[in-house]
Amino acid sequence: MKANQYVNNQRSKQWILGIVLTIGGFLISIPFIWMILSAFKPESEILQIPPTMWPKDFTFDNFSYLFDNMNFGKYTFNTIIVVLCSFIGLFLNAMAGFAFAKYEFKGKQPLFYLVLATMMIPGQVTMIPVYLILNQLQLTNTMAGIVLPGLVGAFGIFLFRQFMSTIPDELLEAARLDGASEFRVFIQIILPISKPILAVQGILTFIAGWNSFLWPLIIANDESLYTLSVGLALLKGQYGGNFGLQMAGSTFMVVPIIIIFLLFQKHIIEGYTISGMK
Amino acid sequence: MKGTINKKIPYLFIAPALILLCLFSLFPIFVALIISFTDIDLAGLADWSTISFIGIKNYLDVLSDPIFLKSILNTLFYVVFGVPLVIVCSLGIAILINYGKAPIFKAFRAVFYMPSVTNVVAVAVVWSYLYNPQFGLFNYILGLFNIPAVPWLQDPLMAKISLIALALWRAIGVNMIIFLAALQGIPKTYYEAAQLDGASDWKQLTKITIPLLRYAIFFVSITTMIGWLQFFEEPFIMTDGGPLDSTTSVALFIYRNGFQLSNFGYAAAGSFILFIAIIIVTLIQFRLQKKEVDY
Repeated sequence: MKANQYVNNQRSKQWILGIVLTIGGFLISIPFIWMILSAFKPESEILQIPPTMWPKDFTFDNFSYLFDNMNFGKYTFNTIIVVLCSFIGLFLNAMAGFAFAKYEFKGKQPLFYLVLATMMIPGQVTMIPVYLILNQLQLTNTMAGIVLPGLVGAFGIFLFRQFMSTIPDELLEAARLDGASEFRVFIQIILPISKPILAVQGILTFIAGWNSFLWPLIIANDESLYTLSVGLALLKGQYGGNFGLQMAGSTFMVVPIIIIFLLFQKHIIEGYTISGMK
Repeated sequence: MKGTINKKIPYLFIAPALILLCLFSLFPIFVALIISFTDIDLAGLADWSTISFIGIKNYLDVLSDPIFLKSILNTLFYVVFGVPLVIVCSLGIAILINYGKAPIFKAFRAVFYMPSVTNVVAVAVVWSYLYNPQFGLFNYILGLFNIPAVPWLQDPLMAKISLIALALWRAIGVNMIIFLAALQGIPKTYYEAAQLDGASDWKQLTKITIPLLRYAIFFVSITTMIGWLQFFEEPFIMTDGGPLDSTTSVALFIYRNGFQLSNFGYAAAGSFILFIAIIIVTLIQFRLQKKEVDY
């Protein structure tokens, strides 16, 4: 009797929980839903009161305007370049993480602490001097200037080190006995084994590159170097009243990320557990 | 075998990353410190001879700059209301999701996590539209319940609250995941024992879950606080610090002086004050955490 009551009690609790979370999830998603639906409305419908939920006159005009008149094609190209370059950074992080995990060398400990220390420096402190340094190097207003400062990161190096230190030394020794160079050991043994952490870091790197905003804004004066984020901020400044255009731009930025995220969310979310971020 | 490895190899592996980190993270700290004692501006960028050493004048000036003082108060407002809100909301959602047994609850993780991976500019643009006094969805919904329109971004106090709401929406995801990971680390036997003793859900929550999550709560509160101290994109895009500088954060103040007004030395001084504030806040939190562990 009592057990039965307990089970029923549990079941109704689960139902209430599910309903509460569904409502919460819906509220959380409203901005996305509203953004996507508005992107397909003509401007007249957007300014209509009361607002329509579903677009009455479904249109792609907002999107085509972005590409025909706003250079969004160029911004997309630049953003993709930034993303590709950030994958080089990911590789450099993995290399450094590997060395810190698998070799003994003079100064290893202090150098690793040095890497960790850079995690605590806020971006606001470095942004002005980094701008001045890049200016001295004549790299302002270049793609290199946009990409270089964020190429490597202490957190990435740290995560790679954590993961790679769990790889058994015997595997490396066996490869070395077969005459493989250290670099080949890294490429052919370490990287394939590190797939889980590479996947997590790769997705996060992609997202960060795709979303990069502040640094391209500071370094690029020339519109031909703008990333999508910068272009979108510019669009908001110039076309402040044109919400359809703004929603189309936002949709174009956000939907690819949502798709990638939904495809890989299991890896991203579980990655926090691999990374030992408990 | 180890002896045969060329001693230079590890250095070759770490060199690229280390050089970049030194050039763009460590070295800039010293540059920032030096230029904060100079009057470097756009002219000084082209011709170093126009730069002169002015001692702590920048620091004295910035500390008596009414906009800087206002930005400190605004940032404190963000921290004081933002940090507890982020902790309570993300912890609450994590506990609810963790409590659920059905597979559908895994989908909720993705839904609540989503805002934090999306582009902050795009999101701020969308929220500006939602907050629009005439055409925005929020005021329309309020209107349906006969509640008068709210000046979301036009009123000095309300604008701060509106920005906090957006930032909270974005912050829930990551912190919820951290709490979920920590929740899964709590042994089930604790709860089984408590249930045998007839402890209520509330008792289990306050006597087992929350105390065992202390470390995660500590971690989230430090990272969230540091994040709020550096609050930038949302005010920059949505209000540009207005109305009447009521949403200007310290980070936005630094950006504006550095890159819009090209007062590099002055902005560097402001950034050092922010840096020191972050260090102090972190140290205080560590102190408080240690005390808690004592009893």
